[in-house]
Amino acid sequence: MYAYDELDRTLINERVSEFRDQVKRRLSGELTEDEFKMLRLQNGVYLQLHAYMFRVAIPYGTLSSKQLRRLAHIARRYDRGYGHFTTRQNIQFNWIKLAELPDALAELAEVGIHAMQTSGNNMRNVTSDQWAGVAPGEVEDPRIWSEILRQHTTLHPEFSFLPRKFKIAITASEHDRAAIKIHDIGLRLHKNADGETGFEVLVGGGLGRTPFIAKTIKPFVAGRDILSYVEAILRVYNQYGRRDNIYKARIKILVHELGIEKFAREVDEEWRQMGHSALTLDHSVIEEVRSRFSYPAYEKLPHMPDELKQAAHDPLFERWRKNSVAPHKVQGYSIVTLSLKPVGGPPGDATADQMDAIADLADKYSFGEIRVGHEQNLALPHVAKRDLPQLWKALDRLGLATPNVNLVTDIIACPGLDYCSLANARSIPIAQELTRRFANHDTADMIGRLHINISGCINACGHHHVGHIGILGVEKNGEEFYQITIGGRADENAQMGALIGPAVPYAEVADVIEDIVEAYLALRDRPEELFVDTVKRLGVEPFKERVYATR
Amino acid sequence: MPLVKNGRIAIDLFVHVADGAELPGDGAVLISAARFLEDPEAILKRAGKTGVIWPNSRAVDDLVPYLDRLAAVALVFPIFRDGRAYSQARLLRERHGYDGELRATGQVLRDQFVFMSRAGFDAFEVKKDADADAFAETMKRYSVFYQPTGDGRVTALNRRMQLRHSESAGQ
Amino acid sequence: MTSPLEQKKIRITGPSVVTANRTWDGAVVYRTAQQGWSTALSDAAIVSTSDDARALLAESAADDVGAVGAYIAPVELKGGVVKPGNLREHIRSKGLTIDLLPA
Repeated sequence: MYAYDELDRTLINERVSEFRDQVKRRLSGELTEDEFKMLRLQNGVYLQLHAYMFRVAIPYGTLSSKQLRRLAHIARRYDRGYGHFTTRQNIQFNWIKLAELPDALAELAEVGIHAMQTSGNNMRNVTSDQWAGVAPGEVEDPRIWSEILRQHTTLHPEFSFLPRKFKIAITASEHDRAAIKIHDIGLRLHKNADGETGFEVLVGGGLGRTPFIAKTIKPFVAGRDILSYVEAILRVYNQYGRRDNIYKARIKILVHELGIEKFAREVDEEWRQMGHSALTLDHSVIEEVRSRFSYPAYEKLPHMPDELKQAAHDPLFERWRKNSVAPHKVQGYSIVTLSLKPVGGPPGDATADQMDAIADLADKYSFGEIRVGHEQNLALPHVAKRDLPQLWKALDRLGLATPNVNLVTDIIACPGLDYCSLANARSIPIAQELTRRFANHDTADMIGRLHINISGCINACGHHHVGHIGILGVEKNGEEFYQITIGGRADENAQMGALIGPAVPYAEVADVIEDIVEAYLALRDRPEELFVDTVKRLGVEPFKERVYATR
Repeated sequence: MPLVKNGRIAIDLFVHVADGAELPGDGAVLISAARFLEDPEAILKRAGKTGVIWPNSRAVDDLVPYLDRLAAVALVFPIFRDGRAYSQARLLRERHGYDGELRATGQVLRDQFVFMSRAGFDAFEVKKDADADAFAETMKRYSVFYQPTGDGRVTALNRRMQLRHSESAGQ
Repeated sequence: MTSPLEQKKIRITGPSVVTANRTWDGAVVYRTAQQGWSTALSDAAIVSTSDDARALLAESAADDVGAVGAYIAPVELKGGVVKPGNLREHIRSKGLTIDLLPA
């Protein structure tokens, strides 16, 4: 965990007081909505269909139990008793009152949580691998760098009014759980031939109307230079990014229009002129930030404790363990994923009671720490293996032990037309219906890893382009229709899915997905061949045939 | 539209001269970049001070040769959310060493004062009277800054390092 | 606020209301015939000509402190009862179409 010091606390309190003044001016009529809109967006406040929506940052996906309890309190006191975890390590509250927002922010600030730059055309919450610091084989804990970037990007005097939003993600593992290739800047921590730690820097990824996979702009930037290099990219973007058309304003369009080589030359020239600047991070500065991350005092524990051996006789426990428990870098410990995808539930939602209970379990079993992943699930990052059976029972009682992590019912979905003023079609009821269709865990297990991502409009908050199966809601003559893509992925081999054919109406989506899954089961050359790999091997055609032959 | 300079509301000594209008023989003038670049030397030979309004769509490089003879550069915020002039300001101050008046014009509201000041602006053509009146108070809103810029404010990181240094020295 | 130019273009094809979100809490509100706002669709002023729609919208948009983002929305009149004219407005009026808890 990163511990805020007096300076961090002062800054977020100062931000709360500034926002309180802005809200006051709005409610008194001193500010028009036109003027206020940009100000509220800088602090995570949207206006949705039913109410204001409030998005709170969970930097690099790390929460303390105290912080999670406070989020539960906010849900209860200021909202309707639940929150929604998003694909970018944020939590959203859907029913917040503008007049009460300053108080909610002040309560969050007490535990070091803020909503700065969770929307607006600025540098958004810096995200990272939800297993950072505990995944085996990691180069180092990427959250050190995420925190350095979080501070640097917060209330940045030059880059708070960019052409469009700007998202940075960092990974330090070979397997990319942070989806860095669909970010404006993706950073992959690695070591060069001299053993020096630095970053492969990718730029220009993003989904939305014009999806692009990020391209490598520099294979290695030393850690000490990362702020100046990022600043050089942003300066080029701030000056040359398009501002004439909101759909062409993301950096991906600039990179695409200039070409990565020319864009890289512009950035290099800017970087060269910046020279050795105040942004260069010397060793002691990096160590200062590193020193404020605390790590659990792990015990020396056996690889296979008796408790685990005994519990292995329970098939339900075993099914959950195999699905939701991942190896930890320290022997005797595990990383446990908490599925927020119960059958029939809205993906990524958690009630205030669940949040409180998870905080208690984190205190009991995970050194008080919780993680939030971009797949809209939570994790307890440091669970002793001997505690797994007890933890499982507790999670099961809370509805948080659905053994479907990475399976067909582990669906990513945006709020869609049930909440969102931008949406053309609903997302959540589609997800709920699909989880009912595939509710049988043995079937889901047999299908294997399969990510379904659903967005209710082209803005792609549900990451539909990179779902193994992507579902995009569109509107046709006032009716909800859905375009379906297959073969997308968001990991280190990220790519966009391909459209299988004409959009289908709301009522047929679940049938079509079942057809696609059945086609896969018939087409895969062995049970281990994942859905995406079958699509890669055979292309879209056989799936298209299956879906449209009878329609 | 009130002008805030050196932290308080001030009289604007510069006369905005439109492109077609005749330049007065003396006195401080603020003219467009296009007009200035037609014949910079002639304009700079005038008796009065020269200020140039520089558009946010043009690189400041073209202005650099004249910086040491300009009394003011005015950068433009055509709408609140167009932030190009923040980069121009930092480049003028931090890279090209410009130390004359740097004025923010256009959609200038109190909610940008701290950002603008940190980027190097020291004069503000403020859109609303109430915002101009609130300038001093608004500038006191923040006491912690994460990024190093040319404004000389000590960053949070530096303060931490100093603290750490004094702690270890005291042991 | 809808600009006068855009408002001129407004054409409605059936009975309509003006709706917005209340500024202080974001709640869905409808413009009433008494130049106020109500959370009940049944209180809404119903217009049936483009001229009346434009006038109601202009009056509503001028109350920027009371409510935000006013726009014209279609309604259906069935046996004297006002109902939302499309899915989006149905959701705004009646709430979520989903169960919040797993079924």
